[in-house]
Amino acid sequence: MAPHDLRRPFKRPAISDQQKRRDLSLLRQAQSRRDAQHQARCLASTVLSFPTQNSEPVPEPQAVEEIELVPEPEPIYEESEPEQQAIDIDVRQASKLRGAEARRWFAKQLMLPEWMIDLPDRLDQDWYIFARPAGKRCFVVSSNGVTVSRLRNGSLLHRFPSALPNGAKTKDISRSAQSYCILDCIFHELDQTYYVIDMVCWAGISFYECTAEFRFFWLNNKLVETRACEAPSVFHKFRFSLVPVYNCDKEGFHIAYTGAVPYEKDGLLFYNKHAHYQTGNTPLALVWKDENCSKYVIDTDSKGHVPHQQQVVLELQDDGKLTASDDPPVVFGCLNGDFIQKTGLHSGYLLRFTVNEGGLRFVDGKLEKADLQYLGKANRARAFADSFSKIMFQYMARYSPLTVEHLLASISSSNEQENGTRDLEMSG
Amino acid sequence: MAMEVTQVLLNAQSVDGTVRKHAEETLKQFQEQNITGFLLSLSGELASDEKPVDSRKLAGLILKNALDAKEQHRKFELVQRWLSLDVSVKTQIKTCLLQTLCSPVPDARSTASQVIAKVAGIELPQKQWPELIGSLLSNIHQVPAHVKQATLETLGYLCEEVSPDVIDQDEVNKILTAVVQGMNASEGNNDVRLAATRSLYNALGFAQANFTNDMERDYIMRVVCEATLSPELKIRQAAFECLVSISSTYYEKLAPYIQDIFNITAKAVKEDEEPVALQAIEFWSSICDEEIDILEEYGGEFTADSDVPCFYFIKQALPALVPMLLETLLKQEEDQDQDEGAWNLSMAGGTCLGLVARTVGDDIVPLVMPFIEENITKPDWRQREAATYAFGSILEGPSPDKLTPIVNVALNFMLAALTKDPNNHVKDTTAWTLGRIFEFLHGSTMETPIITQENCQQIITVLLQSMKDAPNVAEKACGALYFLAQGYEDVGSSSPLTPYFQEIVQSLLTVTHREDAGESRLRTSAYETLNEVVRCSTDETAPMVLQLVPVIMMELHQTLEAQKLASDEREKQNELQGLLCGCLQVIIQKLGASEPTKYVFMQHADQIMNLFLRVFACRSATVHEEAMLAIGALAYAAGPDFAKYMPEFYKYLEMGLQNFEEYQVCAVTVGVVGDICRALEDKILPYCDGIMTQLLKDLSSNQLHRSVKPPIFSCFGDISLAIGENFEKYLMYAMPMLQSAAELSAHTSGADDELIEYTNLLRNGILEAYSGIFQGFKNSPKTQLLIPYAPHILQFLDSLYMEKDMDDVVMKTAIGLLGDLADTLGGNAGALIQQSLSSRDFLNECLSSEDHFIKESAEWAKLAISRAISV
Repeated sequence: MAPHDLRRPFKRPAISDQQKRRDLSLLRQAQSRRDAQHQARCLASTVLSFPTQNSEPVPEPQAVEEIELVPEPEPIYEESEPEQQAIDIDVRQASKLRGAEARRWFAKQLMLPEWMIDLPDRLDQDWYIFARPAGKRCFVVSSNGVTVSRLRNGSLLHRFPSALPNGAKTKDISRSAQSYCILDCIFHELDQTYYVIDMVCWAGISFYECTAEFRFFWLNNKLVETRACEAPSVFHKFRFSLVPVYNCDKEGFHIAYTGAVPYEKDGLLFYNKHAHYQTGNTPLALVWKDENCSKYVIDTDSKGHVPHQQQVVLELQDDGKLTASDDPPVVFGCLNGDFIQKTGLHSGYLLRFTVNEGGLRFVDGKLEKADLQYLGKANRARAFADSFSKIMFQYMARYSPLTVEHLLASISSSNEQENGTRDLEMSG
Repeated sequence: MAMEVTQVLLNAQSVDGTVRKHAEETLKQFQEQNITGFLLSLSGELASDEKPVDSRKLAGLILKNALDAKEQHRKFELVQRWLSLDVSVKTQIKTCLLQTLCSPVPDARSTASQVIAKVAGIELPQKQWPELIGSLLSNIHQVPAHVKQATLETLGYLCEEVSPDVIDQDEVNKILTAVVQGMNASEGNNDVRLAATRSLYNALGFAQANFTNDMERDYIMRVVCEATLSPELKIRQAAFECLVSISSTYYEKLAPYIQDIFNITAKAVKEDEEPVALQAIEFWSSICDEEIDILEEYGGEFTADSDVPCFYFIKQALPALVPMLLETLLKQEEDQDQDEGAWNLSMAGGTCLGLVARTVGDDIVPLVMPFIEENITKPDWRQREAATYAFGSILEGPSPDKLTPIVNVALNFMLAALTKDPNNHVKDTTAWTLGRIFEFLHGSTMETPIITQENCQQIITVLLQSMKDAPNVAEKACGALYFLAQGYEDVGSSSPLTPYFQEIVQSLLTVTHREDAGESRLRTSAYETLNEVVRCSTDETAPMVLQLVPVIMMELHQTLEAQKLASDEREKQNELQGLLCGCLQVIIQKLGASEPTKYVFMQHADQIMNLFLRVFACRSATVHEEAMLAIGALAYAAGPDFAKYMPEFYKYLEMGLQNFEEYQVCAVTVGVVGDICRALEDKILPYCDGIMTQLLKDLSSNQLHRSVKPPIFSCFGDISLAIGENFEKYLMYAMPMLQSAAELSAHTSGADDELIEYTNLLRNGILEAYSGIFQGFKNSPKTQLLIPYAPHILQFLDSLYMEKDMDDVVMKTAIGLLGDLADTLGGNAGALIQQSLSSRDFLNECLSSEDHFIKESAEWAKLAISRAISV
């Protein structure tokens, strides 16, 4: 047993720089992990504070309907650039937005059905159908004791108390102060009712990543429980209502198309059962209409008249191209530089055109040429150009519409195919 | 079964390499083919007095190595192997060992002592070999002194080897009695007395009960103190070692003896030979350590429930202690500053003086100042150096109020001495003292700055000038500059160093190129200082830091170009590469922290990454660690762009994760995986199979240092957070591991502080893993996959809460996890949480916590839970 070494550090700092580098790295990593964790946690808990923070009333635009051309005010000049940014932020950051920015952000949050210009496969198997209420499409957000509805272009529609979770300042203590809801609705003027067509968040739980089947199931169960479907009262200014949804088989189609509903119908909506809630244009939700189920098959102008020629709204791009709102954009034509300069137009402007005699020409299903004539700038409240499917639907509606017979034929034929397959399997 | 091994053992020590190698090979084969025969032969060899001493010694050594190893996993294997041997074989070996203690050959006895202790270390905790201590103690009463000496030595090794709780108090009493009797002045044989004294050093840990008994304690203390007066130097030295050990183990029992001990130590410091005097000084250093800890523990406020009260021994001894220590300062050796291994009276005395200053604070200043004033201008360099060293030693501890006026006066003198003093020692200590001044009295928290606009330029000029002095002086000047820069750490947007930044950096680079920069750690110190200067720089000098990037890159490039170096040169090259990677890491972290500089810096990213990849081709753990750390910083700065480096970098990442032996490399690599997860998010997915495989292997390995395991668990969380529901396929592997680790770490009963600390690290890692996994799956349709794991996790949280020994970090992570679980599982978790035993109490306790982080996490948990319950 030898004596023990008793040397102590002499004229040396207690910690080496290498150890310091290690420690600082660990510190940075721990900090980053905390940040990442924090960010993940905030994903859910932020929309909460949003409506109250943005409570300043926004001047209501004149009746902005989703489908109608009317009215068409001036385009929003400053919109194009900030809009790019708005795409990149998500729910958690939206809470920090104010005023115009908030509008821009919300304008991007709704799922926008494409217009039905051809028939999807397995319509009767994979799709739901329901009669679309006529009215203003909007996002309804309840949180912190207040309910706020925002239109498709992001502007404020109503701010009111509701029976939705946390939608009013009641003494109902069973409800968590922090839970919140986001519903996809159509506000029906006649009976002053919000018809709920989809559910995005319920009591703080996000449904973005859930299938339509799951969302509708949940919606049907939960909405009634809240008593939001009951008649208006002090703490519940507007009634909410469910829309009856059917499987898109023969029977379901029949009821949706002809059946009586308490609201004015504006066409039929088709939702793919397996699709998630996807913001922006999606081919997994479709809208279709004819004269029997909608007053507004063909777009009207601001005076309610059907214009002689089809009108379209397109977005002007940097290179003079005119595109529909789809992603990737579909090009309908091009403005030459001289014209742009002369008229003082900028990229990002939404412009209105008529479709002239030349019409739309297709080669192999692709748009080849459009005969367009410039009318002027589009309504200021417009947030987007028309989608390709909308322009096509309107065009077809004027010349060779997709009829109810086509739809019915598709539903029955796929039934037969299905039966055929089954037989084959049994014999095999 | 035993074999004749004498010749092989002798051959294994032959000077002839071939013979030696052959013998080693033979022994190895024997061991592999017939372990029983092997061990029996060795023990027989060791026990036989007819065999040559060299073969006996080696036999004992090999036996010892067959029972114990440094690496944990190897040690475990050896223990298992011994336990599985046939009882009769073990008995035979043990008999041989005990028999050897009676051998007339000292080396054989001593070797046997150590082997017996190793066997005892394995068997006593298993309640085997119950007769060992009894038979050893019966030896004590045997007549031949050498048997007594060997037995006492064995008891000493035994106490070192086994933990106190495996030996009954009854036997402890007998051991201590035998040992202390052996130490007694009445013991005529010095060898016996020395063995007993050294044994007591190890046996002190067993004497808890005896030290609470006044009579027994008095007796032990008297015998130890008497032994410090033995005519035999080794006995005095060993006795002082016992005092040092007692000072930390039984601090609270020392009051009645402290006056006597002071007298004994003072005499030893003054008169005794150096090895004894050094132990005497160490006694007081050790008392300082204790009192500093105690005073830190209760932050100046003594409360009734403090574990150990402070007896202020140092404060009381101060008037006598300080002059004693000052005296030692004048006993410097000529070249102690150049000699890495030096440790002498003046060094020990100065170090102790520094500890005394930290213990008593202001009170030391008036006691030291006269010594400084008297000696600092003396013609004898020893006096000037001692005065300067005394000054430097007392700069930590006393309040700035007390020191600043003195420093203001001394500063100019110090600067002049550093430039003009003819003696290398004096300059070395002066530069060191300046460093201490800047370390403790310069910084944003100081009320009166000691560095002003007026003297800043002069200070820097002197320091930069000194960096051209002898390596040991230059190294201290670099150190001073290090703390000078550090003091401006949070100076704001404009630093007083800005005007000198370019010059400082240039001078430091020049130092790194000095031919003698390898001496006195000079090059390392210069790079460390450069790092600190960069860390503490402000936006004003960012362009200059940017200019440094290509310079350091070029240096690194040059080290990589050097070909075919001799092995010692390669080692130096590796060291340099490590320093350069470290420097780049600091620069990357600095420039990456602000957007504009990051943007410019990233133009170098490709080239830097290329250099790092080449560095990995070199075989040196330190370099790998440094390069890995730098890559972590680069990933953090690069964000998603880091993806392009992954194809090439991945294999080194994997190599790092496989590096069990150099666990620091493994640990750092695990941290870098986290950095990359956060940088790449789901783009890391293609590499996750490989990474997860390695991490799971690491966790299952008993070779890997345990400290790496908690960060590996945290890393699971990082991965899941990055790849979300794609973590699904790893759940079946990761979750059971987390679950069993959680079970192991839930309870700490009977663990020591170190183990409790480790357990808390482990818990934190496990909790972070769960948090990351739950957050990763949030909003995914696959959350239901996690439901089966929820009850166990809630149970784990319950038991953590019940156990009441979580630290704040664990508490914060644990309550956060409760929130994550509720957040992700929503309604599914609501009922479970309501059923859990203590969630509500735990949450309430955290909500009212004073710790901001705990409170914040608790508020999050409350929100998530109330949402889950309200569904």
